[in-house]
Amino acid sequence: MIGKVHKFKSNVDTDVIIPARYLNTTDPKELASHCMEDIDVDFSKNVKQGDIIVAEDNFGCGSSREHAPIAIKASGVFCVIANDFARIFYRNSINIGLPILECKEAVAGISEGDELDVDLTTGVIKNLTTGKEYKAKPFPSYIIELINDGGLINHIKKMVK
Amino acid sequence: MGMTITEKILAKHAGVDFVEPGEIVKANLDLVLGNDITAPIAIKVFEETGASDVFDKDRIAIVPDHSVPNKDIKSAELVNICRKFAKKYNITNFFELSKMGIEHTLLPDEGLVGPGDCVIGADSHTCTYGALGAFSTGVGSTDLGCAMAVGNTWFKIPEQIKFVYYGKLNKWVSGKDLILYTIGKIGVDGALYKSMEFTGEVIDVLDMAGRFTMCNMAIEAGGKNGIIAPDEKTMAFVNGRLKRSMEVLQSDKDAKYSQVVEINCSELEPQVSFPHLPENTKNVSEATGIEIQQAVIGSCTNGRIEDMRVAAEILKGRKVNPSVRCIVIPGTHDIHLQMTREGITEILLEAGACVSTPTCGPCLGGHMGVLAKGERAISTTNRNFVGRMGHTESEVYLASPAIAAASAVLGRIGSPEEL
Repeated sequence: MIGKVHKFKSNVDTDVIIPARYLNTTDPKELASHCMEDIDVDFSKNVKQGDIIVAEDNFGCGSSREHAPIAIKASGVFCVIANDFARIFYRNSINIGLPILECKEAVAGISEGDELDVDLTTGVIKNLTTGKEYKAKPFPSYIIELINDGGLINHIKKMVK
Repeated sequence: MGMTITEKILAKHAGVDFVEPGEIVKANLDLVLGNDITAPIAIKVFEETGASDVFDKDRIAIVPDHSVPNKDIKSAELVNICRKFAKKYNITNFFELSKMGIEHTLLPDEGLVGPGDCVIGADSHTCTYGALGAFSTGVGSTDLGCAMAVGNTWFKIPEQIKFVYYGKLNKWVSGKDLILYTIGKIGVDGALYKSMEFTGEVIDVLDMAGRFTMCNMAIEAGGKNGIIAPDEKTMAFVNGRLKRSMEVLQSDKDAKYSQVVEINCSELEPQVSFPHLPENTKNVSEATGIEIQQAVIGSCTNGRIEDMRVAAEILKGRKVNPSVRCIVIPGTHDIHLQMTREGITEILLEAGACVSTPTCGPCLGGHMGVLAKGERAISTTNRNFVGRMGHTESEVYLASPAIAAASAVLGRIGSPEEL
C-alpha cells in the first residue's frame, strides 16, 4: 500500500485527534470529518485514502475514547507509524483494525509529504521519496493471533460459541 | 522471587502462581465499567459478539456522567442506548440522575470496587481505584463490549515503577500536588505501559481523597495503573461499603521494580501545571500574576467531600473575584447532599460560586463551563491539552482545590497564603 505522509510531533492526544465536542456521535464518517481538527484544521480536507500518519513519542495519549482510532481509520488513513503509542490507544487500534507500527528509525527518517510503501505482514516501511527502508518492531505473538482472527470481536465470537 | 501487588492481583485473576513483566495473561474481571460516551459503542460490540447474555449482571456498571444532565439531543440519545441496554440485561448498577455521580468517585463510594479487585473501564481514569489496592485500568469500547460478554480480558504484565514519598507535607500541599509534581518529574510518557506504585511515609498519612487523586492521574504519566497498598485507612473506607469479599495484598520485600523514584516532599510547594501538557508543572509561586476568567473545582480527580471542604474553608466569608466564574461540581449526588448538610453549599453560593449537579462537563469541554477564545481557567481537573475545556486558543492550568479556590478570589493564580 502506497500513501503520503502527514507528520506530527510527540504527545498527540486524543482530544486533538477527536475533540470531545464531537463525542455526541458514534458515526465514523462524522467523526472523520473532524479528525485532527484542533491540531491541523485542514487535515480532513487534505487526507486521502491510503495516507499515513507518522508521529514521534506517545501518540494517542489521554482519554480512552475509541472514537480517536475510529476517526483516523474512517478518514482513510491506512496506518500510523510512531516511536511509541499510549497504551489504551495501542489496544484500541489493534481491536478495531487500525494498523499501527512502532519504528524510531523510520520516524526520524520520514518527512511531511514523503511517499511510503508499507507492508504490514513483514513490517517493512519503504520511503519511496528518499529510497530508504526500515523495519518496524514485531508484535507479540498474542497480538498477531488477534490480528489473524480479524480483531478482538471475531476472536471473542469464537469464545462465546 | 517476590511479586508486586499489581503482579499478585493479575496472577490471581489469571489463575497462576507467578507472573513477570512482558508476559501476556488472560485475567478474570471483578467489575467492568462504561459511561455515556464509551458504553454505546461497547453495547454495539457486545451485540456483534453474538453473546446471548452478559457475563454477570452484577459486575457491570454503566454510569452516564459525561454529558448529564443531557446537554443536547444527541447526548440524550446516547444515554437512552445505555438505559435500554441496562433494562434489557437487568444490569444492577445503572445510575440515573437521582443516584448518579462521576463514575470514579461514585463506584468506590458505592462499594463496587475494593482491595485485590481486577477492574477495567472504558474510561482512561479507571486507574483511580488503585487507591483501594485494586488493579484497575482504562480500556476502549471494544475491550469493554467483549468483556461484558465473557468477563475476562488480556493484559501484558507491566513493568513496575516504585515511587517513595518521604518528608512532611507543607500546608496546602495535597495529593494533587504530589501527583502533578511526579508527572512534571517523569513526563507524560514517563510511565508508559508501566505500573506506578505509590509508597512512603507521606502516602501512609495521606487521606483516601488524596490517594484517589494520585491514582486517578497515573494515566497522565502514561501509566497502566496507579496503586497504593491497602492499610487501616483503606479498611476504614471500605468497611460498611464494600458489597463483595476482598483480598488485602502487599508487595513482597524482594519484588522487582524497573525503577525507583524518591521524592522529598518537605520542600514541596503547591503545584500548577501550565498549558498544554500536565507535565508542565511549576511551583505556585512561579504562577502568580496569571489572570483567570474561570475556576473549576470538581471532576473525578478532585470532586470528593474533602475537596469541597477545602474549597469552603477558603471561600468562607470571602467573595469570588467579579471577573471570575467559579464553578463547583460535587463528584456524586450523595456528596452534593453531604455538602448541603454541612453548610458547604451555602458558603460557596454566598461567596459567589455556582454549584452544579455532578457531571464531567467542563473537564472535557463538554458543557457547564466551556471556554471562549483567549480565556484562561484554573481547574482541579486532570488534563490541559489544546482545546480540552473549549476553544483551541483557551488555556487550562491544573491545580488543587485550595489553589483553585484561592485563585477564584484573587482573580489570578495564587495561593491561600496570599488571601
